[in-house]
Amino acid sequence: MATDDIYILGINMTKFGKYPDKDVVDLASEAVMAALADGGVSMADIGILAAGNLMGSGGVGQMIQKQVGQTGIPVYNVSNACATGATALRTAIMAIKAGECDMGLAVGVEKLAGVGLLGGGGAPKTPGKQWAPTGRYGAVTNVDGLIGTATMPGTFAQVGMEYGHKYGGATFELFAKISEKNHAHSTLNPLAAYTKRMTLEEIMNDIMISYPNTRPMCSANCDGAAAAVVVSGAKLKTLSREQQRRAVKVSASVLTSDPYQEACQVLPDVNTLTRIAAKQAYESSGVSPQDLDLVELHDCFATAELVHYDNLMLCEEGGAVDFFNSGATWRDGSTPVNVSGGLESKGHPISATGIANIWEICHHLRGEAGPRQIEGAKVGLAHVIGLGSACGVHILEKSAL
Amino acid sequence: MATAQQVPLVDYLVLGDAVHLEANECTSCKARFFDRRNACAACFGTQFSKAKISNSGIVRSFTIVTFAAPGVPVPFVAAIIDCDGTSVRANLINVEPTPEKVSLGMKVQLATYSLGTDDNGAEAIGFGYEPAL
Repeated sequence: MATDDIYILGINMTKFGKYPDKDVVDLASEAVMAALADGGVSMADIGILAAGNLMGSGGVGQMIQKQVGQTGIPVYNVSNACATGATALRTAIMAIKAGECDMGLAVGVEKLAGVGLLGGGGAPKTPGKQWAPTGRYGAVTNVDGLIGTATMPGTFAQVGMEYGHKYGGATFELFAKISEKNHAHSTLNPLAAYTKRMTLEEIMNDIMISYPNTRPMCSANCDGAAAAVVVSGAKLKTLSREQQRRAVKVSASVLTSDPYQEACQVLPDVNTLTRIAAKQAYESSGVSPQDLDLVELHDCFATAELVHYDNLMLCEEGGAVDFFNSGATWRDGSTPVNVSGGLESKGHPISATGIANIWEICHHLRGEAGPRQIEGAKVGLAHVIGLGSACGVHILEKSAL
Repeated sequence: MATAQQVPLVDYLVLGDAVHLEANECTSCKARFFDRRNACAACFGTQFSKAKISNSGIVRSFTIVTFAAPGVPVPFVAAIIDCDGTSVRANLINVEPTPEKVSLGMKVQLATYSLGTDDNGAEAIGFGYEPAL
């Protein structure tokens, strides 16, 4: 191992679901304690803490320290939409790369069970009082529902439909089949919020949220946390052979934002920044899409999974529909995607997601995934995207030991 | 016909005899923005002029929203319209909100409607796109 490489030393995710009796600090601390134990280290070894919690009141990093150990190390509370977890991880990685410390801790946590629809704002006013222009667009009332929609299901439905307009073949049934795959995968994941297999018919006949996304085609709002300990190659060399064997190499850690595109002011562009992040990740790691044994990508909606096959270059440009229909992304296919069940069934506690998907990859690369193990997995990719937009891509490789 | 008693839903909807949408256009690279920008997001230029958006376009993407915030009437069709190269977000109106009646690539045109009258007698005017004749 090269001294300037970065490794995941310990990592953990809580079961995703409903925790009425636990707050964000409880959940995050549970993941942190377990990640430290998994890595065989303690808070005394940690030189930086990066923490993410999007929906909370801020300062979650210091609150976690009070539960697990206050050592005076720098804390970075990060916020980057659905890429918050990946951003926390990358912050810890950058601190090590910068030589400020040799071991860091990243944690993401969210309490999201029962929050309902995200995005879009409130209802339009009923006439009365005064039509007074306010805000950047001089709107006289709330515009969601009057000028299209900014709700998450509606936004990502349009992302998928736009792909269909460009390349064809993206039907309601196709998107539902993607969801069928992820729900089937979830039956093997004991940490997923939902583990029920659903038939195509059940998915298509469920409650329509925003055509073509029905309820099971939407990410599940739930509670959860995930944490990771990252270490420099130089420090890892001083640790035990068992720690070295289980350590997972971070071959690429990339974060991008959305570059200007003509339509990005009316529909967030989730494509360009993902494509750029993937390209950078493949180039810096020397890994090609064909090398990937598994991929965890940001299926916040079934319509989103389709476009990211293309954006992550798992298929030819414009070929995502054929790629899916070939069976490639099922767990027995050539490029298994979301064998965890994805956000549609595992759940999407926003800030935890960008570390939980790394955990899933590590679990397979370490050969510890039990019944859902992808046999012989050596290389994996984890992707998240947050609207606004932010994209994190990490490529991970099995230890050479 | 606009009167002094009419107010647009948003300030980039221009009422009057020739209703249209208007954008702030970067004078150097022609990128268009519906809100104010300190500098152009594409080329960083700082000079903008007003540009009229074409009233006709094609549906580049849509969704039929059946679940929205409380008080938002559903279903409605939310769409992205390509108006001769400028993308616009709007509802599709005067069309049945079903996958059978709305399709990708369909031709549409700008249309306006009343949102109601306030206590001062001012009428708010909204906009959407309807199937082109």
